[in-house]
This record gives sequence, structure tokens and C-alpha cells, in this order.
Amino acid sequence: MSGTATKGTFYRRDRDRHPPALTPQYRTSTLRSPRFAPISLGQSAGDLTAPVFGHSILGPRDDDLLKNYDHGGDPIGQRIVVSGRLLDEDARPVPGALIEFWQANAAGRYRHKREGYVAPLDPNFGGCGRCITDDEGRYSFRTVKPGPYPWPNRLNDWRPAHIHFSLFGHGFAQRLITQMYFEGDPLIWACPIVATIPDREAIETLIAKLDLRGALHMDALAYRFDIVLRGRRSTPFENKKEGN
Amino acid sequence: MASRDETLHELPSQTAGPYVHIGLMPNFSGIAGCWPQDLGTGGVDKRAKGERIGVVGRLIDGGGAPVRDAVVELWQADSDGVYPGGTDPRGKGDPHFSGFARSATDTPDGEFRFETVRPGVVHMADGRACAPHADLWIVARGINLGLHTRVYFPEDSAAHATDPLLARIEDPRRAATLVATREGGEGRPLYRFDVRLQGDGETVFLDV
Ligand SMILES: [Fe+3]
Repeated sequence: MSGTATKGTFYRRDRDRHPPALTPQYRTSTLRSPRFAPISLGQSAGDLTAPVFGHSILGPRDDDLLKNYDHGGDPIGQRIVVSGRLLDEDARPVPGALIEFWQANAAGRYRHKREGYVAPLDPNFGGCGRCITDDEGRYSFRTVKPGPYPWPNRLNDWRPAHIHFSLFGHGFAQRLITQMYFEGDPLIWACPIVATIPDREAIETLIAKLDLRGALHMDALAYRFDIVLRGRRSTPFENKKEGN
Repeated sequence: MASRDETLHELPSQTAGPYVHIGLMPNFSGIAGCWPQDLGTGGVDKRAKGERIGVVGRLIDGGGAPVRDAVVELWQADSDGVYPGGTDPRGKGDPHFSGFARSATDTPDGEFRFETVRPGVVHMADGRACAPHADLWIVARGINLGLHTRVYFPEDSAAHATDPLLARIEDPRRAATLVATREGGEGRPLYRFDVRLQGDGETVFLDV
């Protein structure tokens, strides 16, 4: 990543495309949402830099949820490949960035001690993985398609099938956690967590597309999910005034 | 923004949900074997320069209850004020210091805990100096967009008077939410930094 040291400040985060802190239809937000507006300060060196995780942290199966919790077989469920590119808002690739993901198993059950759903655990499915984007910002991983699951919110709320994504870019100001949904799932439009996002077009950017060309013959279907993080000015940030 | 080719938008955030520990700290959450060690939990390399400090705090919701399903991340400069990783134009940074740590809050009190080194003076993008601090980023169920805040240290009160963030906050009670208190007596300094998500003593969060 030569040249990153000359990058500038990030574009302002468009909060109209993000959920507000208080979203009463998602009940847990009521006591976990700050009442004061966040303070806009301008970015510091800590916002413009980020931890760098080399490929040395990765094991050979970190990006393979079909195999990274192998207790004697493959997990049950529809096998899928999820792939895409990590880009910034100017469509520039974000190489060398860590992506972490976690999900329920094919029955919609998480491997977690506080999980209350009766669907079965899968002895061969842990539900977490990670990878680092290549020089063109590409990533890909294998898994099973997660099932929808019920959750305690309003009576009988169900989450659409989804995979959680944690994203590091090249600046801590780009740090983001979001969720990927699956094309064609009617539960997307009934979900109070999805509905925390005020903009329908923004919601649609979280929906992965079925990618028949990427499907593996007699093995796995494929979904395509491109991820966009904040873009940044090309003006170097040290001792420069902010703005264009 | 005139020169910007607005073709793409940052993806919208979604809550990390109740099981963020599975994704970010699987070994801690009881999923052993996917990889040997959770990211950001290795402590400080013995070779890292600078004074060892601890930072501990509770994460508390608007009803006064502990938030036990969160992950708190720490990102800070080394003892010379340089961010590790090679992207800080001020230098290469201490090769034995990662600057990054993660903590779950899964204790009865909703407590996070970091072992780190005392950070040096760092700078804003426009060159203004900031008092020593660490950046924190907080995600959990019920938090729709990860929360950025900073922890400052009580010994630096002179520098706080000119710090671009602390000097900007008009209400001194609000600014005080960003300054840790020192605990304990002899030995390695331990700082307490409780984070209140809402209500009385609500912590200052940043739109970075
Ligand atoms: Fe989930």
C-alpha cells in the first residue's frame, strides 16, 4: 500500500443514509442511543490511520466457514460463495483491508450461549470467518446460506437471512459494521432493524445479488456483494488546512 | 465537494447485534479452533517503548444498566505520538506496538479492559496538537452506528486547555466525561473511564 501516507481527510459521513441512534421500532436502541448530537471536530491523525493486519494473521481456512469448524463433516445447508470488492466512494479499491463476518447456521441458529431460538446447532458450523482484500480490493469466502430467525423485539419479529460484516479501511474513521442481505428475501422489508435505515436506496446497497456465473458446478451457488467505505481527499493530511 | 465524482455511497451501518462477540472475539465467545487468538487481545509486546498503563471502564445504558454484549476497540498512537502501521506521515512508529486492542464487555458490570502504553501527543489533520488520548469505538446490540469517543488522562490538564476537542466543548461537565480518573496507588497506572450511552453524564461522542 505505498502511497497511503499521502492520503487526505475523509469525506463527511452522510448521516442521512445511516440509521439514527434512536429507532423505537428497534427497541434496544431506546436506552442505548445518545441524546446529545455527536460533536463534529474535524479529523485527527487517529481517524486518518488504521491498524494494519498482515496476511500472517490468517490461517488457511479463516475464509472457509464450510471447513473452519470441522468436527467430522461439512455443515448442513445451501453452500454459497460470497464475493465482491471493497471500494471507497470514488470507486477506488481498498486493498489489504481486514473483513470479518459472522452468521447463524442454515437453520437460523447462532453458536452463542445466550441464543434462545430452538433451531438446532450444527456440530460442523462455527459461524465466523475473516479475510483480507487483495490488491484490487477483492474478497471472497465460502459458507452456508444462513436461515432467518425470530428475535425478541415486537411479538413475532423475524430477521431476514443475513451475514454480519465488520470492515476496516485505511482510516479508523472508515470503521464500519453492517449486514448483508440476500436478493429476493421478503423478510427484508418486514424487518425493524433494516427499517432503521431511512433511505430505501441505501437499504438496497446491502442486498447481495445472486451471481449465477460465479456458482460452482455441482457445489455452491454464489452471491455478489460490493462494499463501499468512505472516500477521501487526495490532499496529504499533515499540516494542511482542511477542506477543498 | 465540487471536484468529487459522486458515484458511490458508503454502505449504511447496521447494528452489530447481540452476537458480535462471535464475529470479533470468537475464542472469547466459546467458539474455539477457527483461529488461535482473538484479534487485539494479545496485550502489549514486552519490547514496546513507553510507560505501561491500564484502562478499565463500565459501559452503561440510559437506565443505568451494564451493557454486557458490546465490543470496545481502542486505537492510539505510540509513546512518541505516531500511529502504528506505516500510514502516519509523522513517522514509521514503534514496530513493537500495534496501537489496537479489543475488549468484550461481558462481565457482570459491563466492563472493558485494556493493557496499553501511554500515548504521546498527536495532531489533527490541520496540524493542531491534541493532548495525549486514545480513540475508542463502541458497537453493540441497540447501537445503530458505531460510537467514536476519546479517553484523555487527568495528568495532562494543562494540555487539555488547548486541546481542539476539549476546548471546543462549552459545558465543563460534558468535557469531563472524556477524562479518565486514576485509580490505585503504587505501580502501573490504572485509569477508569466509564462510558454512559445516554442520560445523566452522557459521554461525548464524535462525528469524525
Ligand atoms: Fe444476526
